[in-house]
Amino acid sequence: IGPPSPCPLPSLPSPTLGSPIKREQKRIREAAVAIKIMSGSGRRITDEEINELVSKLQSLLPESRRRNTGRASASKLLKETCSYIKSLHREVDGLSDRLSGLMATMDSNSPQADIIRSLLRS
Amino acid sequence: MESKSFTTGNRDNPNTDLHGSKNMMASHFLRALFRIQQTSTSSSSFAGRSRRIRRAAYASMAYSAGARRAWSRALLRKLRSRARLRFPRRLSRTARPQRRDMDQAQVLRKLVPGGPSMDYCKLLEETADYIRCLTTQVRLMQTVMDSISSYAHHPMIP
Repeated sequence: IGPPSPCPLPSLPSPTLGSPIKREQKRIREAAVAIKIMSGSGRRITDEEINELVSKLQSLLPESRRRNTGRASASKLLKETCSYIKSLHREVDGLSDRLSGLMATMDSNSPQADIIRSLLRS
Repeated sequence: MESKSFTTGNRDNPNTDLHGSKNMMASHFLRALFRIQQTSTSSSSFAGRSRRIRRAAYASMAYSAGARRAWSRALLRKLRSRARLRFPRRLSRTARPQRRDMDQAQVLRKLVPGGPSMDYCKLLEETADYIRCLTTQVRLMQTVMDSISSYAHHPMIP
């Protein structure tokens, strides 16, 4: 991901791709304008800042998800981000289930309890 | 995932006190796990214990970020109100596909604690931190999993 481009918003797919994307573009533009007008702290939030934040989000996605979003679409990136967060929530659920299953086999004097104790100390 | 991946540093943001908060997250979570294990009897339900572990996971995430972040403050409020941790919802079946024209920022607000009251810019900042914290917590849980289950398969004979 290169430095933020000089254009005001993250560049979006060509207009030939159809109206839902144009609606997204319009929505993001409106949101950015609304933020600039209404930001209560008085701080002017620039498009560059928003670009940078979007860029930073993209860098947090795992490689496989980053491939789905080019530099092109901010809305696509948000969608991928939402999908990623949901999958992380599912992982927490799954790991909780598995830990619960493992703990069922432990009793308080088992060596596994000692492992937890030793992980605590380290 | 290798168990040592939890303890290696985070390259993404060297400026945050990630090492300190990782330790806090780990010790909080492990203590909670230990407590759950001690108070769990043979008659405890699997689902109930799983819920407690899940709650401990989100609690240690929130405590590690503390009051510094809007998402962690919102999560702590939720946990302290002792309400059932309905957020985030357990996805027991595949979610309905989103309408194509739904505003993705709105979807994101529902996923990040405290999201609904954030403006777009704040939402993006908080989301980044929330994701970093979530991935750290997941790695922590995987590390604990690996430690316990590898022990179970290779028990030490005294």
